[in-house]
Amino acid sequence: MEWMAWTLPTALFFAAVGVLLVCMTLLELRHPCVERRGFLPIVTSRGDRLFVGLLVSAYLHLLVVGVSDWPLWVASLMSLGWLVVVLRWG
Amino acid sequence: MNKVRNNKAWWLVLPVFTLVAFSAVVPMMTVVNYSVQDIFDQSNRYFVGADWYRQVLRDPALHDALLRQFIYSGCVLLIEIPLGIAIALTMPTKGRMASICLIVMAIPLLIPWNVVGTIWQIFGRADIGLMGAALAKLGVNYNYASDPFDAWLTVLVMDVWHWTSLVALLCYSGLRAIPDVYYQAARIDRASAWAVFRHIQLPKLKNVLLIAVMLRFMDSFMIYTEPFVLTGGGPGNATTFLSQTLTRMAVGQFDLGPAAAFSLVYFLIILLVSWLFYTAMTHADKD
Repeated sequence: MEWMAWTLPTALFFAAVGVLLVCMTLLELRHPCVERRGFLPIVTSRGDRLFVGLLVSAYLHLLVVGVSDWPLWVASLMSLGWLVVVLRWG
Repeated sequence: MNKVRNNKAWWLVLPVFTLVAFSAVVPMMTVVNYSVQDIFDQSNRYFVGADWYRQVLRDPALHDALLRQFIYSGCVLLIEIPLGIAIALTMPTKGRMASICLIVMAIPLLIPWNVVGTIWQIFGRADIGLMGAALAKLGVNYNYASDPFDAWLTVLVMDVWHWTSLVALLCYSGLRAIPDVYYQAARIDRASAWAVFRHIQLPKLKNVLLIAVMLRFMDSFMIYTEPFVLTGGGPGNATTFLSQTLTRMAVGQFDLGPAAAFSLVYFLIILLVSWLFYTAMTHADKD
């Protein structure tokens, strides 16, 4: 594992991704999702919305890092808000 | 009727899962780890947070490479897709000529990238190359090694030569899949050739074209070997595309941190575009 050069923040990040995937699987088994159409212009499932949410969050982080001098947690906070919105109404 | 749900088939996915884990997920995690550290050697590495991303995202050389890449991929699509459709429409449908045409069209696809680069490198030379010498005789001042426009044009023509037949073959198969009744109906209505193309062939080709656009976009967006062999990215930086910039950074200068950050940005761009194409393809029929 040494060659993978792990750090605590990246380990936490990937652990969170893993937990998220497990949660989504369990949720799907308990309450199978029904595809629906929200404010996004396409019919989406729960997983689709999570994917869109995460992808946009990644771009939000890049935008904040690349264009502004704001600290990174501002992007994370905005992403969290966006994730809630897109998962609920997307 | 109650459907019997048998989930045992999931075990069959396990080999693929393991393979992808080792060939994609683990390396990807490593790249993420590299991108937040300054690495000197195994035991000397320091966490730098988002610094490499900041540096990479504000680097004008990378902006230029990205712009060049988008223009290049755009040009490739704008030329290859209409040309491919046009070729597919004119290809014979029956008889021996159809087979011969298919084989001739498939030949460029079989040639490896580095060989294509070498072929055009020689083909374009003014002293020994057929095209270069012919252009020189005609009085055209063409030199891909010193003129940025010529270099750019050569890389573009090379890609068109190499990959248009892929688009043509895909469209050809799409055209063959259209039932004859559509054409019969069009003949009864005395539809013009343009109307047949616009209202029968083009709509029926939509799915095939989406695949063609996606394949050609992906491939041209990560083009590396051909310009590397032909021009080495020059003259200046005229034909230095994203993957070559990345390789220079990672392998040439051994700047692992910035290269990792840059490859993740590159990955995100590809991920977004692939998702857009995938969604367009799968939702085209749903809505």
